[in-house]
Amino acid sequence: MVERTPILNGLCHAIMLVGVAFVCVPLYLAFVAGSLSIDDVQKVPLPWVPGDQYLENLRTAWTQGNFGRLFINSFIVALGITVGKIAVSLLSAFAITYFRFRFRMTIFWLIFVSLMLPIEVRISPTYESVANAALPLQWLAEALHVASIWQWISGHDIDIKLEWNLVNTYPGLILPLIASASATFLFRQFFLTVPDELCEAARLDGASPMHFFWTILLPLSRSNIVALAIILFLYGWNQYLWPLLFTTDKDMATAVIGLKHLIPRADSQPAWNVAMNAALLTMLPPIIVVVALQRSFVKGLVDSSK
Amino acid sequence: MSSAQAGLKRAHYKDARLPALLLLPQLVILLLFFFIPSLRALTQAFLLSDPFGNTVHFVGFDNFRQLFESANYHESMKVTVVFTLAQNVLTIFVAMVLAFASDRIIRGRGVYRAIILLPYAIAPVVAGILWAFLFNPSVGPIAHLLHGMGIAWDPNRIGSDAMLLVVLAASWKHVCYDYIFLLAGLLAIPSSLLEAAAVDGAGPLRRFFTVGLPLLGPTLFFLAVMNFVYGFFEIFAIIDAVTRGGPAGATNVLVFKVYVDGFINLDLGSSAAQSVVLMIFALFMTLLQFRYVERKVSYDV
Repeated sequence: MVERTPILNGLCHAIMLVGVAFVCVPLYLAFVAGSLSIDDVQKVPLPWVPGDQYLENLRTAWTQGNFGRLFINSFIVALGITVGKIAVSLLSAFAITYFRFRFRMTIFWLIFVSLMLPIEVRISPTYESVANAALPLQWLAEALHVASIWQWISGHDIDIKLEWNLVNTYPGLILPLIASASATFLFRQFFLTVPDELCEAARLDGASPMHFFWTILLPLSRSNIVALAIILFLYGWNQYLWPLLFTTDKDMATAVIGLKHLIPRADSQPAWNVAMNAALLTMLPPIIVVVALQRSFVKGLVDSSK
Repeated sequence: MSSAQAGLKRAHYKDARLPALLLLPQLVILLLFFFIPSLRALTQAFLLSDPFGNTVHFVGFDNFRQLFESANYHESMKVTVVFTLAQNVLTIFVAMVLAFASDRIIRGRGVYRAIILLPYAIAPVVAGILWAFLFNPSVGPIAHLLHGMGIAWDPNRIGSDAMLLVVLAASWKHVCYDYIFLLAGLLAIPSSLLEAAAVDGAGPLRRFFTVGLPLLGPTLFFLAVMNFVYGFFEIFAIIDAVTRGGPAGATNVLVFKVYVDGFINLDLGSSAAQSVVLMIFALFMTLLQFRYVERKVSYDV
């Protein structure tokens, strides 16, 4: 800085410490509550020193919340969204930046329109799509009068009923959340900054487009891929509305949904110690990712909203 | 460059089959889970069906008319606006103070930043549960503190208390987002500008208000838009876990109302009409966001 201002610098540290306390005190109090017995957690005021029931509550939360199963589900869904979205977006971004073909701009706009509507505004029709992903084919068949044409040709009556129910399946939890172009947009922006000479050189050497993609473009994109993967993992792990609607089977829910069922309601025993313990447990995987990959995380956070 | 080649690399391939294959997965997923549902929401908004889906008929703008005449909907709109504004002002203010402070700190900045960014990793519903506990009128430590000061705090009965609780929980989770953008913005200000101001005798605070803050204008605009989107859509989990729209509709924000009307009351027509209103809002916000991208480009030059 330009001048020496010890008082202001001290004040800045004080402000940052208040900010740190704003983040950490709720987490610490949750930890304390998660370590008390059910009787102690009802007593006010809450003590500042943790009790000795942490592992006991952890065991209760783990079995009551069915977290063994739900954590596996959460990992599958979060990784599925991460890997699926990155793979799909890399391919389509490669196609629209490196290929010249008819309708390129039309497809470009079709993809980018999807940036405009968050999933929350189309929940009930998307539910229909997931409940029967074959529905569009069915409408197509009805529109084209496939059944009556078949009857006319063969003389047999058929009733076309296509059914592909994705409720309570991993694809049902993963695919609708991949249906947005944010990652495609990001990779497109990055590909546009890659020097043209690389592609020219690859072509001179006789490399096929896919060979260029695998050996040059993909390694160049590595830091972008990692940064985006972190953001997508957090997004997938922390999803709420989607799993809430699409998993009627308890064994297909995610950890975040399992946690919701442990919140004390007015008519049940207020087991805040178990709820707080489970809350800390549920936030652990994303916190570990963010702390371990801090630098890529910050890059991803800033990049992904451009 | 002609518009047909916008966003195309100078060194490119001319092929039709390969790009079609590459685009296929994205287009199929978008068709099934984006375009068809969005069109269905649009058409449903103009239809009326009984709860069992036996009869459906076209009713034009009736769903919208009923919606805009409904006192419940007005109430929900008001609640949403109050919530998003309060959340917006609170997060930007706190984030700005923190960003200003960490811009001046060299030693330990990384550690402070890492801790302040932690809530980004925490699911909204987890944040909601944490704050619901802290402010729980019978066991919560902060509620206890408030009671000790003679405040009859009870978010289960008093509407404004419930609103304050969800605003706090939502802001706690979202301050870090605004903070990282504001800090990046402050760090990007050319030091020559700041030094010139310092030579002219402007102190650190004066420099912040006359140089830093004006240059952060586009970032603040972008963050305001993003905070509105967050407040409108992503807030669902906190509301569902903490207040369920209550007490007496005091925190019944629009996105929660869409869910309740569509999935619990099974009023599909009204729910779809509400979805369409939210879609128009989301479109508007996206256009504003694109404006930010344009403005940012012109500032960089």
